[in-house]
Amino acid sequence: MIIAERKPMEEIKQVTAPYKKLLLAGCGTCVTVCWAGGEKEVGILASQLRLARGTEGKDHAILEATVERQCEKEMAEELRSKVAEVDAVLSLACGIGVQTMAEIFEDKPIFPALNTTFLGMPEKEGVWVEMCGACGDCFLDRTGSVCPIVRCAKGLLNGPCGGTRKGGKCEIDPQKDCAWVLIHRRLIKQGRLYLMEKYYPPKNFRAVKRPGKIQAIKA
Amino acid sequence: MAFCCEHSAYSAADLAGRLALHCPENLRVIPVPCAGRVDTLHILKAFENGAAAVLVLGCEEGACHHLTGNTRAKERAKHAEVLLKEIGGNGRYVAMSNLSPNAPHKFVTIVDEMNERIKKSGEVR
Repeated sequence: MIIAERKPMEEIKQVTAPYKKLLLAGCGTCVTVCWAGGEKEVGILASQLRLARGTEGKDHAILEATVERQCEKEMAEELRSKVAEVDAVLSLACGIGVQTMAEIFEDKPIFPALNTTFLGMPEKEGVWVEMCGACGDCFLDRTGSVCPIVRCAKGLLNGPCGGTRKGGKCEIDPQKDCAWVLIHRRLIKQGRLYLMEKYYPPKNFRAVKRPGKIQAIKA
Repeated sequence: MAFCCEHSAYSAADLAGRLALHCPENLRVIPVPCAGRVDTLHILKAFENGAAAVLVLGCEEGACHHLTGNTRAKERAKHAEVLLKEIGGNGRYVAMSNLSPNAPHKFVTIVDEMNERIKKSGEVR
């Protein structure tokens, strides 16, 4: 899923300061799961802004709404009546949601309240780790399903780098596991270590032409 | 405003009333089934509605009727403090305290202490 975290309060206050009526739009999918932009986070940020603006003595109105997925036009469309009431929208979705909203509501400024950080999975409660770099040329089949592009600090495809610490920790960050140690251990467990002895052609780093676009084949 | 766990603080508040112990007039007591029921958002909403301080009062540590409600409440109160700090605080206080149901004097002490704190900062509403 897409992982994001809230921007610093000062930045949010600064960006929204010129607008008296604001809509805080949450997204009910990825950013809800990573505790960054769901219904609850919308409520908390709205409350904080109300308290902050109240103290500053400004006339204000802050509306709240959360849709299932802001990155789908049909779902973001549900916000139309509320968007019409406000001067600007503060979106608590990932960058995709913010841009989808901006495409639908072109006449209103849509501001991001989150920094979209990476594609990851929950490691434990409240901790998310990066798992995929969306490179467009997946080779997890030969690395025991551990992606060195994002899980190796150096993004090496022919690791380990030689700096691996005792216990299989990373040279750059001793708190993190060396991705290539994980790959080695996983392949031994699966009896597929021969995959590391094979030669492979260079990875295609231009598999996705920016901006990426995929057209599904209609059956 | 004091969110009081029905298994501890609310009984203590009730007992304080029966013993005619003096509590500040500006105190609003809200009974909750467990201190763990109090969410960060409830605390912020209390401030939005004009509270100067919010107390979350739950069972003694290790004696929560619902096992971990009081420890969760403590974390949430800390989180609410961080959120208030982000917007400058402005004389708004949050505190979580533990007490047993037979401690009416402790209840009054906790409430009085908080009242003194907000009086000093001139934020009694």
